[in-house]
Amino acid sequence: MEVTQVLLNAQSIDGSVRKHAEDSLKQFQEQDLPLFLISLSQELSNDEKPVESRKLAGLILKNALDAKEQHRKLELVQRWLSLDSAVKNQIKTCLLQTLSSPAPDARSTASQVIAKIAGIELPHKQWPELIGSLLSTIHQLPPHVKQATLETLGYLCEEVSPDVIDQDQVNKVLTAVVQGMNASVGNNDVRLAATRALYNALGFAQVNFSNDMERDYIMRVVCEATLSPEVKIRQAAFECLVSISSSYYEKLVPYIQDIFNITAKAVREDEEAVALQAIEFWSSICDEEIDILEEYGADLVGDSSIPCFYFIKQALPALVPMLLETLLKQEEDQDQDEGAWNIAMAGGTCLGLVARTVGDDIVPLVMPFIEENITKPDWRQREAATYAFGSILEGPSADKLTPIVNVALSFMLTALTNDPSNHVKDTTAWTLGRIFEFLHGSTMDAPIITPANCQQIITVLLQSMKDVPNVAEKACGALYFLAQGYEDVSPSSPLTPFSQEIVQSLLTVTHREDAGESRLRTAAYETLNEIVRCSTDETASMVLQLVPVIMMELHNTLEGQKLSLDEREKQGELQGLLCGCLQVIIQKLGSSETTKYLFLQYADQIMGLFLRVFACRSATVHEEAMLAIGALAYATGSDFAKYMPEFYKYLEMGLQNFEEYQVCAVTVGVVGDICRALEDKILPYCDGIMSQLLKDLSSNQLHRSVKPAIFSCFGDIALAIGESFEKYLMYAMPMLQSAAELSAQTSGADDEMIEYTNTLRNGILEAYSGIFQGFKNSPKTQLLVPYAPHILKFLDSIYLERDMDDLVMKTAIGVLGDLADTLGSNAGSLILDSVSSREFLNECLSSDDHLIKESAEWAKQQKLSSSSLVWVLGLHVLSRCHFQTTEAVVVELSLTLAFIANIFTNNCIGTMELGSDFVEEE
Amino acid sequence: MAPNELHRLYKRPPISDQQKRRELSLRRQEQSRRDAQLQARRLASTLFSLSSSQTLEETSEPDIDLVSEPQPDFQPENESVSSPSDLDLDVRQASKLRGSEARKWFARQLMLPEWMIDVPDRLSHDWLATRSYITTDSRQRNCQCHHFPRLCPACLTASGSCQSYSILDCIFHEMDQTYYVIDMICWRGYSLYDCTAEFRFFWLNSKLAETGACDPPSQYHRYRFSLVPIYTCDQSGLHSAYAGAVPYVKDGLLFYNKHAHYQPGNTPLALVWKDENCSQYVIDTDSKGQVPSQQQVVLELLHDGKLITSDDPPVVFGFLELEFTQKSGLHPGNLLRFSIGNGGLHTVDGKLEKADLHYFGKSNRARAFADSYSKIMFQYSVRHSPLRIDDLVASISSSDDEGNGPSDVEMAV
Repeated sequence: MEVTQVLLNAQSIDGSVRKHAEDSLKQFQEQDLPLFLISLSQELSNDEKPVESRKLAGLILKNALDAKEQHRKLELVQRWLSLDSAVKNQIKTCLLQTLSSPAPDARSTASQVIAKIAGIELPHKQWPELIGSLLSTIHQLPPHVKQATLETLGYLCEEVSPDVIDQDQVNKVLTAVVQGMNASVGNNDVRLAATRALYNALGFAQVNFSNDMERDYIMRVVCEATLSPEVKIRQAAFECLVSISSSYYEKLVPYIQDIFNITAKAVREDEEAVALQAIEFWSSICDEEIDILEEYGADLVGDSSIPCFYFIKQALPALVPMLLETLLKQEEDQDQDEGAWNIAMAGGTCLGLVARTVGDDIVPLVMPFIEENITKPDWRQREAATYAFGSILEGPSADKLTPIVNVALSFMLTALTNDPSNHVKDTTAWTLGRIFEFLHGSTMDAPIITPANCQQIITVLLQSMKDVPNVAEKACGALYFLAQGYEDVSPSSPLTPFSQEIVQSLLTVTHREDAGESRLRTAAYETLNEIVRCSTDETASMVLQLVPVIMMELHNTLEGQKLSLDEREKQGELQGLLCGCLQVIIQKLGSSETTKYLFLQYADQIMGLFLRVFACRSATVHEEAMLAIGALAYATGSDFAKYMPEFYKYLEMGLQNFEEYQVCAVTVGVVGDICRALEDKILPYCDGIMSQLLKDLSSNQLHRSVKPAIFSCFGDIALAIGESFEKYLMYAMPMLQSAAELSAQTSGADDEMIEYTNTLRNGILEAYSGIFQGFKNSPKTQLLVPYAPHILKFLDSIYLERDMDDLVMKTAIGVLGDLADTLGSNAGSLILDSVSSREFLNECLSSDDHLIKESAEWAKQQKLSSSSLVWVLGLHVLSRCHFQTTEAVVVELSLTLAFIANIFTNNCIGTMELGSDFVEEE
Repeated sequence: MAPNELHRLYKRPPISDQQKRRELSLRRQEQSRRDAQLQARRLASTLFSLSSSQTLEETSEPDIDLVSEPQPDFQPENESVSSPSDLDLDVRQASKLRGSEARKWFARQLMLPEWMIDVPDRLSHDWLATRSYITTDSRQRNCQCHHFPRLCPACLTASGSCQSYSILDCIFHEMDQTYYVIDMICWRGYSLYDCTAEFRFFWLNSKLAETGACDPPSQYHRYRFSLVPIYTCDQSGLHSAYAGAVPYVKDGLLFYNKHAHYQPGNTPLALVWKDENCSQYVIDTDSKGQVPSQQQVVLELLHDGKLITSDDPPVVFGFLELEFTQKSGLHPGNLLRFSIGNGGLHTVDGKLEKADLHYFGKSNRARAFADSYSKIMFQYSVRHSPLRIDDLVASISSSDDEGNGPSDVEMAV
């Protein structure tokens, strides 16, 4: 087969030629994978071949090594590892050879493929000579090869995790990279490649950043590179600084003054691409300090947490004027362009972060700028002043801001009505939204919205909703937060007199011909949703009237025939908004008995519409419609049974949707809703649902975040069908068991992993709870006895780990109670074996917590009968957790203990053998 | 080596409404799951059912007041919800009842002690004594359904799907405007029904103080709550309960069986006892506060003329001729007052054989129940051969003697 020609044909503009070429490539790959890969690597390395075929050869190679989907990626890794090593060596040789090619595209492609192979092999301790061979001759190489080598090192650092490369090699890589960045290197391509490589290598430099000399050297080279005459190098160098600001925040003290000078110069004088990165440096420092200060605020006695150096507070007097200057560099019509990102936007965003970092201190620095510019004839000045004001509304205290807002509010309302500039109106409406978001609500001491100005505010916003789409969208947003601030007023809301008019205006907006622009229609429906959520009893009838209106809208989307791809997408989007709105309405009306009863007259019709929405699509299920059905099941209760025959297939379809895991997750939640609604009437559907859920659990394609919810769903099903769950025990229990074992091993996991583990544990525990409760009082309780030891072991392992969260603890205690309650006397000795230990009790007696000590004393007084022991042990469990124990946990615990105590009462297990020495101890 | 193409959010809230919808759904589902689990755990629900068979008069004793904060104003009684006679209400629904319906509902949830006629076995091992039973002449026993300020962090909606209720069994003492809490039935939505008395008291003691309910009245609660001290029924405990000073008017001692669960209605697992030293009202007084020369009892008339006590099952004390009832305009269900004549009460092997009853008239309309068997017998014994504190003490010492065996250490189970 003539590989070159096929590769060229595969890029032909003639579809049939292209198709044919693709087919032959596919066939070749299936028939002889090793030869296929070798041919591609030879094609890539051959300088005689056309650059187009070489590039595609490299690309296909790369795709043969990596894929986006996790399961596919794992397959490809295994496939590569199992190839004959001679084949792999041949390919690698070709690739390394390509780095010296005069063709830049071939070199670049080869370096990416090399990095992919390194990403697979280095963790398996294969290809150990790679880094050495790349570096051995780097000083003697001609510039173009040096550039390719540095690029390869950069990609390699991106692909490989730092722990698989030993420090010695890291040092060598960093030395080569930093030397490559040095100003003495005459060649810009080399310097650029080195600077970009450093960006990826920074994650490997932990040790080097702890060494003052090495860190000084790296920082000096990076800072010098920000002054390079070549703009791309300057940009890449600032990108390195941004990365350093988050990875090595705590090391920045000696450099921060110099960095400020460099960034200030770049923001004022350099090209936009560079200036944006210079601003991003300060935004990133804000992110760090906000996180640190939040931790301080949460009173965490974190021993390893990084201290705050208050860089922003110190830089404030110089930083704020610099950022304010950027606000005047707006682009015309930036608000109409979705993807726009310019220096004014970045500067304002950074100003907002600075305000969140320092709070009140920013206000006096910004106010003069606002006062000076807000009435100027040039729209840029008015807009910049307004944007500055809007940006600092989150962070400073309400005490500081409220008096200013009280003065500014009527000015803003006038500007929104009268300012000739759309840009100014857009920012003004956004600023009003921020005012309502942060300074309006029931927790505020001094309300900014009063009976005196409420009418005017609403009138202006509704008027503004008729403005151009981007302004109208911001006005909808402001109304959203206005409503949100009245979330918990009841029974009477100040919005009540206007709600009819507000709803009417929002519906009118959704029908505007230009509602597709600036996401105006979405904003209008979202605001309508919030109005519904925040409605009170007074406006319940208005919400009820909305039901047929939205239903009619949804009905209209189903009428269109033969849609183009584009129209189909728009239809799906609109259906999403309408189903979302119905979901919010159903949830609202379903939450009170009176309105629920009135709403249910529409249930049949609504369900019919949802089913038609599902039917619009062939393979996927509409997520929003699914969510809405969950709310409907909750509202209708057992009557939902009549919809099941038709709905079931979509439910199954949702559960099968591995690709869009959100859809799958939502559907799993809906299964839970239906279980609670139908109770044992769900039984006929359980075989199908359970087998699908079990398939989901075994799939490595499904996103892991769905799996905990599936376990919880087991519990929902078991609770609904009771002892009929019997036939699923033999499948569900082993799954639970192995997941439980998996979740017990958390050593060395990062925060994210621990959080996931806790979610998983919670799901497993909810499953156990549901199963125990389902079998309670059934003659088949005995079936669960064999599983009890493992479950208790799992609970023990959770107790012993100190990383469980509050929810897991509560659920775990609940499971213990359910186990005791359901298994009764069968569980007595198991429980004692599991959690009893005199060590625990001794620890309790020496505890500082008076409640625990008191209980231990109490237990002592009671001569340590078993129930008091369990009681004390439970409190001990609480005491071992580092977090504040909530009331709910304590209550849950007390019940569990009551259940357990019951067992012992009924069976007279009697005294624990604890030895007399304990009783003497104080 | 992707260059840093970071665009931060510009004029956009960080969370989309769609994400908010997802999260709210998830929270609703979590809450529903939790509710379903709680229901499965039989908590604060099924035991509190309103059965339609019993009918109570408008004003009943014990008197029930519903304090539902933070909404201190009740609707007038005539606006109360339509008769829920066929409904099973759980406590959350019941808390929405107003006025007399609420009183009836909660009245039936109370545990009513029997009177101590004989000293129970193992008094010192299995029983707890609460210091002095306080009351005024018209006893104000209250079942308090009380919303303590909520600690629930995940409260979702204004409709309050996770409101939690605590139900306390308490007595209102007018003189110091204080509710004295004698038992805890439900704590933050969790039923303590199934818990032993010992556990309930321990829980009550540890928890009530934490809520601040014992603090002086504030905008969160109109009245102060106070605990009644509880003692183990040994020599010193009994002495403290009997002789200790208390800030209220004493009216006898209450004894609880440690192992007993809370049980609505009359129960022999809680006992009341009094003598002249610890109560001003040992012998029942009439409406004018005078001790009548002969013991008076209130009994319920059945359609066949039988006169019964309020016990379940009732004890038959006597019989009225049909002719007499017709002549006197009496109807089945009437509560009638009798005096016990010189013939007294005759018991054989602890069972009532004969009672010398003399018809006195209809009872006060405020009465809800006939007297219980144990009350009549206690009053009878007070007039003839009272059970004295010495008898209780003696019972404790004798069982202490025999209580050295190893089996006695299982007190708390």
